[in-house]
Amino acid sequence: MKIPSTGRREFLAYAGGTAGVAWLNAQWPGILAAADHAHQATKSKTPVKFEVLTPAQARDVEAIASLIIPTDELPGAREAGVVYFIDHALKTFASDAVETYQKGLAHLNGETSAKHPGVKQFADASLEQQEQLLHELSDEIPSQNVGGRRRPQIGPAADFFQTIWQHTISGFLVDPSGGGNRDYVGWKVIQRDPAHSFAPPFGFYDKDYPGWQADAKAGEKK
Amino acid sequence: MSQSKVAYKASEEVDFVIVGSGAAGGVLAKELSTNGFRVVVLEQGPYLTEADFGHNEIDVVFNHQLTNNPNTQPVTFRKTEQDKAQKQYSVMYGRCVGGSSVHFTANFWRLHEIDFVERSKVGEVPGATLVDWPIRYDDLEAYYTKVEWECGVSGLAGASPFDPPRSKPYPMPPLPVKGSGVIFERAARKLGYHPFPAPMAILSQPRAGRSACVNCGFCLGFGCEVKAKSTALSAMIPLAEATGRCEIRPNCYVRRIEVDKNGRATGAVYFDAKKNTHLQKAKAVIVCANGAETPRLLLLSESAQFPHGLANSSGLVGRNLMLNSGAIVFATFDEPLNDYKGFAVSRIFHDFYEMDLQKTGIYGGGGLDARFDLTPITFALGALPPGTPKWGKDFKKSLHENFVRTMEIFCHGTSLPVETNSFSLDPEIKDAWGLPALRMTYRDHPNDLRLAEWMKDRALEILDAAGAKQKWNAPVQEQQFAVHLLGTCRMGTDAKKSVINPDHRTHDVPNLFLCDGSSLVTSGRGQPTMTIQALAFRAADRITALAKGGEI
Repeated sequence: MKIPSTGRREFLAYAGGTAGVAWLNAQWPGILAAADHAHQATKSKTPVKFEVLTPAQARDVEAIASLIIPTDELPGAREAGVVYFIDHALKTFASDAVETYQKGLAHLNGETSAKHPGVKQFADASLEQQEQLLHELSDEIPSQNVGGRRRPQIGPAADFFQTIWQHTISGFLVDPSGGGNRDYVGWKVIQRDPAHSFAPPFGFYDKDYPGWQADAKAGEKK
Repeated sequence: MSQSKVAYKASEEVDFVIVGSGAAGGVLAKELSTNGFRVVVLEQGPYLTEADFGHNEIDVVFNHQLTNNPNTQPVTFRKTEQDKAQKQYSVMYGRCVGGSSVHFTANFWRLHEIDFVERSKVGEVPGATLVDWPIRYDDLEAYYTKVEWECGVSGLAGASPFDPPRSKPYPMPPLPVKGSGVIFERAARKLGYHPFPAPMAILSQPRAGRSACVNCGFCLGFGCEVKAKSTALSAMIPLAEATGRCEIRPNCYVRRIEVDKNGRATGAVYFDAKKNTHLQKAKAVIVCANGAETPRLLLLSESAQFPHGLANSSGLVGRNLMLNSGAIVFATFDEPLNDYKGFAVSRIFHDFYEMDLQKTGIYGGGGLDARFDLTPITFALGALPPGTPKWGKDFKKSLHENFVRTMEIFCHGTSLPVETNSFSLDPEIKDAWGLPALRMTYRDHPNDLRLAEWMKDRALEILDAAGAKQKWNAPVQEQQFAVHLLGTCRMGTDAKKSVINPDHRTHDVPNLFLCDGSSLVTSGRGQPTMTIQALAFRAADRITALAKGGEI
């Protein structure tokens, strides 16, 4: 019996509707977990109004996030609700970054007005002006080695761009239970199926795999 | 929420108090309670269950939901004993019931015969304190089999010509192959290597009321919602609690092992969730707090009687720390692998398990695995191909194309023991409970960096043979982040050169036992949990025999 590679609700419908009793019994813990997740997904943690950022700051944050992950034929940071994620982050796990945002935004707006007289804040600058200003801010992000036993670290980064860059990516790609990635638009961009379970074959390279076969030469050690 | 059917009073002397509920503590709790003993397990973290686990990367990666929190438990790091250590998040371990087994990758390799006798085979290694184990592979074989059958390991016996002998096949067939596994298997065979289905502590079939893996894709770093991952939490703790003799007591942070005037342990002193202290009395104490916290606890338990820390007459408590060397290589391919689906690893090989010392001048050895262990955020933050812009339309395009087209080869290898590599108490920094912070001193033996470089080059060759579109590697450099915490209370027969004897009894305190990564004498080639659990099953047999014989 194959595990259906569909969405959570479909998974539940499948489990409840068409599957055999033996399979159901065997997979019961899995089904319970999926049910729990379907329930969790309906409870959005994203607040409807800003709690830390002022409306003006929120406009700037959204403008920066939209430069980092712009909207084109596919949705971007704006559609994923990244600015709401960031506001909530600043109230919770990233509360130690509030000062970095306050100072960073003030600095950026200072630069904006200085270079473009009459433009009061970053969000009001033209797209071309915004891109140029952000380039000046983002010269070099130190690369991080992730994967395996390593783990990226989001700390109280002194660097404003580094911090908002990490937060934008997090808000774009986090499981929606984490308060971002609204309607899974971030996962649509990276082509991650939001289903909660999958069955092989998973992709192009394993679809014609004939099954494990011992190598004819495998009997002898090199 | 605790499921324990029994609650002991701290003042009530139980048979055993076990510090830590992870890979080793879970096994010992289950075995000793099954054997009729009254057991209290003190766990510093919370008692989370499957209902608490989810796919929220913020909780797991950034809020330390399952692991030690550097904000309340600072760690300091220095490269050498001459340096002053600085605060640095350099150690990560599981801090919840089930310990690190809750979030691990679940690669379950046995040690091979060579790992126990390497010193005899290669002779003295300059700059290393390499010694043979006091036990051999044959002493552990039955216990490895026990781990596979009792905890649940998927795999295929006989698939690798390099495997050590085994008395029984795996209880379940291997997990399905992933795209990364197919690519790796084909290319490695082309080059004459012997790839095989990875042995994994994840159920490929339903077993013991636990679901088979549903390939949800949030595995390494996350708790399993369907109990498919064979963790101490899913496989051992429920059996311990079912005996009615074992109490799992979460949110209890042990600060000291108490000793009477005769030099016998009387119990463990701990902070409860409200930071009140209690002494849990016990006839014997077993510390399974991991290779960092076990030596730290012994050092915190110093007294006039034991001025250099408990059970530390050898001076070796905390020393000979080994992390396993490693290198990570990435590649992208033309077509989607969708390797985010499923667990991390489906194919490995052990052709380099014993390096040709004469030919390469490199001691030890390693194994390679094909994997994708990145979740969406960790991928976007650190795994895009070199040259990708940091933001904007081309950054987004790279995310779009490469999340589904990327795989990794992880090279795992030997760490040679070096006596000055250690965990100790920081002289200045304190944790949120006012106790000295954990201090790590570590500099890889130069051999280990050469080994990692050498394996990295082989991995790149495999990706060439596989026709990768683009390939690159994380730079091989001295390690400053530890998750494999090994060797810091090593086992041996000579009380001057080791901390515990082959029964896991400390040489200095007759009713104090240690069992976890700290017990390992050598590092193996990279996947220690299987061996930690085999040692724990064996220790449980030894300790049971001693207790029943009135020898504790």
